[in-house]
Amino acid sequence: MASVSSQSGSIDTVSTVSLKSQLRRAERLRKIKAILLIAPLALFLVLVFVIPIGSMLWRSVDNSELSQVMPDTATLLQEWDGEGLPSEHTYAVFAAELRDSRQGGGLGRVSRRLNYEDISFRSLLMGTLRQLPAESQDWQQALTEINPAWSDPVTWRSLQRAAPSTTDRYLLASLDLQRADNGDLERVDPSQRIYQSVFQRTLFIAGGVTLICLVLGFPLAYLLATLPTRTSNLLLIFVLLPFWTSLLVRTASWIILLQSNGLINKTLLATHLIDSPLQLVFNRVGVFFAMVHILLPFMVLPLYSVMKGISPNYQRAAISLGAHPFAAFWQVYVPQTVSGIAAGTILVFIMALGYYITPALVGGPADQMVSYYVAYYTNSTNNWGMAAALGSLLLVVTLLLYLVYHKFVNKKQLNRS
Amino acid sequence: MKTTNRGLHQAMKLTLGGGLLVAGSALALNAQALTVISFGGASGDAMQKAYFGPFSEESGVSLTPGDYNGELSRIRAMVETGNVSWDVVELESPELIRGCFEGLFEPIDWERLGLEDQLLDDAISECGVGTFVWSTALAYDADQLDTAPESWADFWNIEEFPGTRGLRRGAKYTLEVALMADGVAGSDVYDVLATPEGVDRAFAKLDELKQHIQWWEAGSQPPQWLVSGDVVMTSSYNGRIAAAQEEGRNLAITWNESLYDLDYWAIVAGSNRVDEAYDFIRFSSMAENQSVYSSEIPYGPVNPEAIAGLSDEQAERMPTHADNLEGAIYVDTNFWVDHGELLEQRFNAWAAQ
Repeated sequence: MASVSSQSGSIDTVSTVSLKSQLRRAERLRKIKAILLIAPLALFLVLVFVIPIGSMLWRSVDNSELSQVMPDTATLLQEWDGEGLPSEHTYAVFAAELRDSRQGGGLGRVSRRLNYEDISFRSLLMGTLRQLPAESQDWQQALTEINPAWSDPVTWRSLQRAAPSTTDRYLLASLDLQRADNGDLERVDPSQRIYQSVFQRTLFIAGGVTLICLVLGFPLAYLLATLPTRTSNLLLIFVLLPFWTSLLVRTASWIILLQSNGLINKTLLATHLIDSPLQLVFNRVGVFFAMVHILLPFMVLPLYSVMKGISPNYQRAAISLGAHPFAAFWQVYVPQTVSGIAAGTILVFIMALGYYITPALVGGPADQMVSYYVAYYTNSTNNWGMAAALGSLLLVVTLLLYLVYHKFVNKKQLNRS
Repeated sequence: MKTTNRGLHQAMKLTLGGGLLVAGSALALNAQALTVISFGGASGDAMQKAYFGPFSEESGVSLTPGDYNGELSRIRAMVETGNVSWDVVELESPELIRGCFEGLFEPIDWERLGLEDQLLDDAISECGVGTFVWSTALAYDADQLDTAPESWADFWNIEEFPGTRGLRRGAKYTLEVALMADGVAGSDVYDVLATPEGVDRAFAKLDELKQHIQWWEAGSQPPQWLVSGDVVMTSSYNGRIAAAQEEGRNLAITWNESLYDLDYWAIVAGSNRVDEAYDFIRFSSMAENQSVYSSEIPYGPVNPEAIAGLSDEQAERMPTHADNLEGAIYVDTNFWVDHGELLEQRFNAWAAQ
């Protein structure tokens, strides 16, 4: 207030330059206030969002196990040309570092990493450590006597691959690719190919669920928006009711409803509509049933809030000017709901992409989505590299789709105006 | 005003100090107690009754029980920071092997423990002492089938036993079972499975049955599906079937070719109650205490003599009953720690086809 009054008092005398600078100062002050106001939120986001996602992205290429636990071996192997066997010096350094590696769980981490190269590494390291002599003149011979694998160049090339501090193996494996022994990219063995189809499946299920939610949710939202308030409020409670029930409970009740001796099959059998029970659960059908049911409110609510703000007069005007009621609906009403459709579909689609527990419970082995495998690698095998790589890829795919979608929706809105 | 304020201040100081003193002495007491961490739940309750309570009564060592979900990461964090507050922990076999390899547990001195000749061979491990046995076996509804299936080959016999089957969604247990159904002897299963041809053979056998399999994920599903009639037979954890039997369901288990595994006690590396930990493990391995545990929950005692302390009906439900152990195979955890990831990935690729 004070600055405003002083400004108005001297407005004739000061030059425009100082007015500008005063304005700028006021502007800056406002900005600082704004920044201070959002600072707690920004800090919160950095702590719980940016840092974890950053560390996840980092973990998908992290290859620091060997270089941390056996730093000298890792350096020597990186300098090695990969021809024949490494030098006697490398053998000696490796033996010394292997002996020290048991402290602090280092050996466990290294062997877990090396087992991804070859599943016999864990027992090779364990057996070698157990028989490792205290002193030796010829370490190459000593190690080879313990296990002939140590005079096999393949063993050392595997170690060499684990030596750099970053690797693309997890990201490649998430796309069913791997590096051949000579470094070229190649597809993994057909019996091990899975993640390309898992990503396709994830996008297909998320897209399908979004589409079904839109088809089911749009008429419902329209009805809610056009009914008298008292009735629509009552109906809205039915839409919100599932929100108040735990996701697990709802998923479990779908299993009870859909199973072979469940309510639906029993009813259909009793009315002689079918002769043998339909397989409705532990397959794709069950996944769609349960996911659409859980995600439907996220489609209905944004649609409803947008539709509520659309005046019925536009449609009436179109009809009174001679438009067919359907044309009036399609060309006048629907375009006004685009922002609601956009919000609803993106919300449902992105939530569906990350679904894990529902497909795990009502789906079969062919219906599991990316997050299922992220959970598997995190919880069951402690392979955080794979979990992070799958998660990062899903993030990238989601962002790309969002960009495409953003462009598409913006264009639509521009066209309309 | 000032004086009362000061009085208040002093009173607060006193209470605070007193509180700290009480908290301090509680901590000091806690530091002397032996902390034993189990998986909790029904098994934890049975342990309380059979081991925790009686042990502290008999030895005078106070014992603090606790539970966790088997995460190795918590133990790793303790050992790495040198702040070890757990002494004895219950572990499943893959975590025992991984943790032992990483140096998270004290190696067991079997001479000092002195139980080597009393327990099952499988209970003896480098860093762990087995405490109970659980099993994955063929289960069926005895009211639905006229003849009992006797092996996994019968499980694969669609003509004689028509209907849907339940199997665990994953490679572990499923591949072993497929090989046995294909005629591989139980003792050779892991040798065969370690070869690429053996893996192909297991998946080829699974192909035969694929369209009849309903895959389960949670341990509660197999008995539920048997009761509802969704499947005619299924693989299942024996404890789950026993629980359904107690509810009056006529479910039965074929113990032949069942797969059994153990849960273990291990001593966390850096524990300063190692002596008491040994005493506790010795106490919980004694036949009479194992009987009490197994009569509370149908997990098999690792001390074979404990079977004598159970009623016949209870004893017959134990995976470690002599009749049940015959033809049963021990799950090779080392095999699964090494091969698990590749085989699970292949299983997922196969199942999605």
